Amino acid sequence: MHQTFDVALGIDLLHVNQAGADHNRAHFDGWGITCMNIMSSPGAGKTALLERTLAGLHQELAIAVIEGDMTTELDADRLRQYEVPVIAINTGRSCHLDAKMVAGGIHTLEHQYDPHALDLVLVENVGNLVCPAEFEVGEHAKVALLSITEGEDKPLKYPIMFQEADCLLITKVDLAPYLDVNIEQIAANVRQMNPHCTIISVSAKTGEGLEEWFGWVRSRVQASPLTKTHTHA
Amino acid sequence: MHETDMTKALILTVRNWWESQPDRPNITKIHLMVGQFTCVEPAGLQFAFEVQTRQTFLENAALVIQDVPLVAFCHPCQQEYQPEIGRQYACPTCQAPMDDIRSGRELKIDRIEYDGAEVGHLTPDPATR
Repeated sequence: MHQTFDVALGIDLLHVNQAGADHNRAHFDGWGITCMNIMSSPGAGKTALLERTLAGLHQELAIAVIEGDMTTELDADRLRQYEVPVIAINTGRSCHLDAKMVAGGIHTLEHQYDPHALDLVLVENVGNLVCPAEFEVGEHAKVALLSITEGEDKPLKYPIMFQEADCLLITKVDLAPYLDVNIEQIAANVRQMNPHCTIISVSAKTGEGLEEWFGWVRSRVQASPLTKTHTHA
Repeated sequence: MHETDMTKALILTVRNWWESQPDRPNITKIHLMVGQFTCVEPAGLQFAFEVQTRQTFLENAALVIQDVPLVAFCHPCQQEYQPEIGRQYACPTCQAPMDDIRSGRELKIDRIEYDGAEVGHLTPDPATR
């Protein structure tokens, strides 16, 4: 007669990715780099935000971009005009970046650039409101974007990303006069699951809110214990 | 379809355990805890598990998924509540934001059942039991 046995494991399914993310973060920490994971649905304006952010901050912060939201090099090419390192990760048809893919980007950063000279790495995740939220990549902060054309209910329907975000950017607010959208309601829907989130309304087109966003980025880079004290000419 | 990746991670983890066992026991059931406040769809996991374990050491193993409800604790009210996913996350009594999730974020291999002679005792992790 055969017996059945039972063994308790209690192992987190994402422990492999988590270990990879911790490893990536240790690299960033060693170089004194703050890493931000930029997430949103497709078309919410991640690349436009990055363009404005590079234009606004590349004189005072040494920034690199790890670009995952692409099936082509189109996005990367848009960003390279700011003369910062842009590392394109070929994500194929993946619905999210994981720690291993970003480790590949870090490897490129290490061998083709000088990571010690960098202050900030912005990781543009794959456009997807669901999957990226479950996979840490080694970031120090998560930034979620939601454009006002997507509707007030999206944080309620796709809560994980918004619940985990350190900063929410409500984007394309220049379109507000043309839409029946209640921006306050978007903010309230996020606050009921994430009361500590910084919420900023921005428009990459008009520049509204960008100074506040830059201020948040600066504060997070300065908050990093290993921030370098170098200055850029 | 990140359920496919999750299933790969599941199989890899179980394989590591299985290969560490001297007699490579016949695994009959894998008990998985999946929180309702995750981005994982249990049906997607079941499908991916079935496909990915064909003609492997897990061919005869069943994946048993335990749904774990989202439970939050409201500090002003000093009580637990179950947020209505998709509708309302704040406390239904005092409207305080959801700020302390007690369960519902689990994605965890809880335990494994197998046939055969008893193998080395594995101590469960006290933090996760």
